[in-house]
Amino acid sequence: MSAIEFDTVTLGYDNIAAIRNLSATILQGSLTAIVGPNGAGKSTLLRGIEGEIVPLSGRIQCQSTPMHNIAYLPQANTIDRSFPISVEEFVAMGLWQSIGAFGGVSKYDRHQVSDAIHAVGLNGLERRQISRLSGGQMQRVLFARLLLQDASLVLLDEPFTAIDAKTTADLLIIVKRWHEEGRTVVAVLHDHDLVREHFPTTLMIARDLVEHGKTADVMTAENFMRARQMCEACDSPPEACDHKGIVAA
Amino acid sequence: MIWDFLIAPFAEFGFMRRALIGSLAICIGSVPVGVFLLLRRMSLTGDAMAHAILPGAAIGFLISGLSVMAMTIGGILAGLLVALLAGLVTRGTALKEDASLAAFYLISLAFGVSLIAMNGSTVDVFHVLFGSVLALNTAALVLLATISSMTLVALAIFYRPLALECVDPGFLRSVSGFSAYTHFAFLALVVLNLVAGFQALGTLMSVGIMIVPAAAARLWSTAITGMILTAVIFAFASCIAGLLLSFHVSVPTGPAIIISAGAIYVVSVVFGSEGGLISSRFLQPQQS
Repeated sequence: MSAIEFDTVTLGYDNIAAIRNLSATILQGSLTAIVGPNGAGKSTLLRGIEGEIVPLSGRIQCQSTPMHNIAYLPQANTIDRSFPISVEEFVAMGLWQSIGAFGGVSKYDRHQVSDAIHAVGLNGLERRQISRLSGGQMQRVLFARLLLQDASLVLLDEPFTAIDAKTTADLLIIVKRWHEEGRTVVAVLHDHDLVREHFPTTLMIARDLVEHGKTADVMTAENFMRARQMCEACDSPPEACDHKGIVAA
Repeated sequence: MIWDFLIAPFAEFGFMRRALIGSLAICIGSVPVGVFLLLRRMSLTGDAMAHAILPGAAIGFLISGLSVMAMTIGGILAGLLVALLAGLVTRGTALKEDASLAAFYLISLAFGVSLIAMNGSTVDVFHVLFGSVLALNTAALVLLATISSMTLVALAIFYRPLALECVDPGFLRSVSGFSAYTHFAFLALVVLNLVAGFQALGTLMSVGIMIVPAAAARLWSTAITGMILTAVIFAFASCIAGLLLSFHVSVPTGPAIIISAGAIYVVSVVFGSEGGLISSRFLQPQQS
């Protein structure tokens, strides 16, 4: 069964397309990496799935996943780290689906928060202010919040960029746990070795679909070359593009 | 001696007692709002809104004289109108919120000053700009207390979305549709409290009692509750000191209160235990 279906989707900002005519199907329960060169539209694609931006044309269908059943970790988050809030309180916001804006936090909820903090290895730091955390610890906090969101679809935008190896390894365990629990996980990633080692499925894009399938079949030298060319072609202004065409010819 | 200086003014004069009660009532509502303004990095938005309410208050004044109710309703309407227009322009055009808000509050302020200048005397302008905490009547006190109570209730209800909107607005947008409402409801609270404040402190100084104690409190506490409590205590102290200063030295009361708050702020900047000059220089490890 498909979790997300892209039907000739064009996504972008101010009518400038970052993704063009993409058609693909991400299966339910799959663990998919999205790879591609810089400017390939990877983050835009996640924003499209999340519903933050609406396709300029085409359709994105999320099967049996209403908007709020998506847990999304953006790359450039909007968090004000100087805000006075403790790890525990911050993580508890992942319970929004069940407690909402006004609901009380029950004993059971507190247990869940504590479990999530344990799962990411931050036990003992519950009362620490988020302003006093390192980058890696903050990423663990964000994963704890994702855990509490208990979503059937998890979207991660470069979750391991600028994070130390130990943290990456710990957080990968959580990603695998989501996979084992049957959740659909889609992650934008830059580290190709990490993708080869841990992600069974890969979607390679360069404004357009390059290839989608088993990681070993997708992550080939030819595909990377093709992706780079596709991206360069659409980044260059028309004259430069023509010029290149002549040189190539 | 101490009695004469600290207690006698309040014991002997009814207008000083009413001023004290009125300014304390303002603190209870305004200060928590100010703490959130500060945490949302909207301190200057508060300032802009304070100017924006002027024409509304002026129109109220022109229609029914020095009526607290008329000026309050006028001020609230003008403030909400500016907030709404600025919000619409921000969403619909290339302008960012600071630019659209600045444009509207300046237009509003110019209208307000013109209205008062054309139709009143300089005394009236001074009344609106600097307030008259020493002339608060019972109706005004009831109004101030009502606004403070409403503010506390509203903050208690919207506490969670408001805090989340401060710390991670992107996350709030992704989990609920509250984001836009929270922002506007909060601006409405700001307007309401500024209007309450300007009865006593004037439009120019009412934002001072919101921001200055909150900024000082930030340097002593890292938890929101702690910040709010500290800020309220600072604001109370400023009001008492300001009223006494104004009584003994005959400084205008509004400015005297804000100068007192300013003194607390300066002390906090130097000695504050959470990021004051001394603590961040000597007590915490330096980051190179």
